[in-house]
Amino acid sequence: MEAPILQIAGLRAVFRIAGRDIAAVQDIDLEIGSGETVALVGESGSGKSVTSLSIMGLLAKKIGHIADGRISIRRRDGSVTELTGLDAEQLRRVRGNDIGMVFQEPMTSLNPVYTIGEQIAEPIRIHLGKSHREAAAEAVRLLTQVGIPDPARRAKQYPHELSGGMRQRATIAMALACNPTLLIADEPTTALDVTIQAQILDLLADLQAERGMGILFVTHNLGVVAEIADRVAVMYAGRIVETGPVSEVFARPRHPYTIGLMRSVPRLGQATALKAAGTPLPTIAGNVPSLAMLPKGCSFAPRCPMAIDACRAAVPPLFQVSQTQASRCIRWEEL
Amino acid sequence: MSAPAPYLTVRNLTKHFAPTAFSRGPVVKALQDISFDIPRGQVVGLVGESGSGKTTIGRSVLRLIEPTSGEIRFDGKDIVRLGAGDLRRQRRNMQYIFQDPFASLSPRMTIGQILTEGLDIQRIGNRAERRARAEKALAAVELPVDAYDRYAHEFSGGQRQRIGIARALTLEPEFIVADEPVSALDVSIQAQVINLLRDLQLRLGLTMLFISHDLAVVEYICDTVIVLYLGRIMEIAPAASLYARPQHPYTRALLSAIPSPDPTKRSKRQTLKGDIPSPANPPSGCVFRTRCPYAIEACAGVVPELRETEAGHLKACIRDDIPA
Repeated sequence: MEAPILQIAGLRAVFRIAGRDIAAVQDIDLEIGSGETVALVGESGSGKSVTSLSIMGLLAKKIGHIADGRISIRRRDGSVTELTGLDAEQLRRVRGNDIGMVFQEPMTSLNPVYTIGEQIAEPIRIHLGKSHREAAAEAVRLLTQVGIPDPARRAKQYPHELSGGMRQRATIAMALACNPTLLIADEPTTALDVTIQAQILDLLADLQAERGMGILFVTHNLGVVAEIADRVAVMYAGRIVETGPVSEVFARPRHPYTIGLMRSVPRLGQATALKAAGTPLPTIAGNVPSLAMLPKGCSFAPRCPMAIDACRAAVPPLFQVSQTQASRCIRWEEL
Repeated sequence: MSAPAPYLTVRNLTKHFAPTAFSRGPVVKALQDISFDIPRGQVVGLVGESGSGKTTIGRSVLRLIEPTSGEIRFDGKDIVRLGAGDLRRQRRNMQYIFQDPFASLSPRMTIGQILTEGLDIQRIGNRAERRARAEKALAAVELPVDAYDRYAHEFSGGQRQRIGIARALTLEPEFIVADEPVSALDVSIQAQVINLLRDLQLRLGLTMLFISHDLAVVEYICDTVIVLYLGRIMEIAPAASLYARPQHPYTRALLSAIPSPDPTKRSKRQTLKGDIPSPANPPSGCVFRTRCPYAIEACAGVVPELRETEAGHLKACIRDDIPA
């Protein structure tokens, strides 16, 4: 069997805050196959971005580091490289060649003093060893591929001359420049208007169908997950609390947090009925706990309508609900 | 049932931002000929994407920015013409809730100072009375009274937004502009804050203008929804009617672009092509025509008037033959 594009096992990343190591993520196991899109979904502080930064080796060195676990990726030549053991230079090479990255805010991930074309051409020159002329031509071809009209002219423009949606298309072109096997997209549509978000989601799906890369899609938006992902991992307070195929998890969530989150998403047309009946919108009581002061046992227990004493005794393991779905809830069978 | 007399009346509101000594460039036509009413005790939602003018409307009705032309009447009184003193007295009745609960609360002031600042400016009550009002507002937003002596950084995003709401309540206003009050919050907290706003609005009989970029968020709290695009109104309708029978092609596209949290409904949406044009150079005729899948030649000719398609439901589109 072909090795997965990305394999994470037992990842634990810690931040050093006020002299104390605080785990931002722990017990993370995740796999992405080629041509597969896996969504990492969670609210602020759940650890979804820390997970993606860990893969890219981009945790801020002074405060955060990977304390435990393995992250390996399958490269274009089929070899499997473990990222956690690499030095900075080796990691840079893997990142440029085999991992593409797209971030939330296209204006901050583009350099304002270089043209769009120069920025897309740079990795092609550095990582693929192409000449300036070849790289520039390739940049225009990539801009065409991400649906930018008049690409030859756009390549000569600076980021501020493009709209938000166009800029995000340009960063996608940049991420794809070296034909990566894995694309990490961290909230790539969050800063965009909803009609532009729809365009970018369509674009990512099309590009994946053409190139067969694996996509790790980090988002807080369950609607986006339902739209784009094959599988989903739901994170809460630094751990994956539920994982499985999108079709299964959305049809029958097996963790009370997933259930609460899905109920909290406003669904068009439903609110009118609730309002007419005088019923409040469904919510999850309380607030997300601070990572520095996680409760003992299940982190969700203080907000959970189903919590019992056993929940507060020990952190639940991931229970295999089906061959493909797993839940970190000791009462999953009752859900 | 006869409609109650409007509390807020906006007529032909237009706002152009001209270049200043420090900026170059063309005049930005942020709002063009906006008219709507809010009956007393009702909530009107303003929905649109970036550059649609929703925040400009919110700020104009409180005269935080000066309209270029048009009328804004509260209870019959045109506030565009009020002098500074009268305006300050009028503002007692009008408050603003901001989007970002991190940027809108001073890190150097205690919550008590933040909550009583408006009372100080309006010279309402003595020190004890101000404190009592602030504590009442804290109770109304379900925060503990001991929050009074603490600082904003000690609270989570959702709690801070409650403080922002409490600040708006201490002056016991009749009218509140809530500008994207839940957009910065996590989804599980969003619903809590919307429930709170709805509850306060009903209990206190508040009249409200609720601004959001997300049609899914305003459905629960609004009686009427106004859909804006590039500084113009595309559609106005009672909430139930808008979601059940959206009329304008833009409203339909906006609804269809919201990703549904249901994987079985995947890929049934219609995606709008292209970008939102610049408000410095809006298209002639219907401003939406450059992205509209149903645009015909006539759409470039005239600015479509708002027409009633059913009771209280108005659209600014010249076509009636668009398939549902």
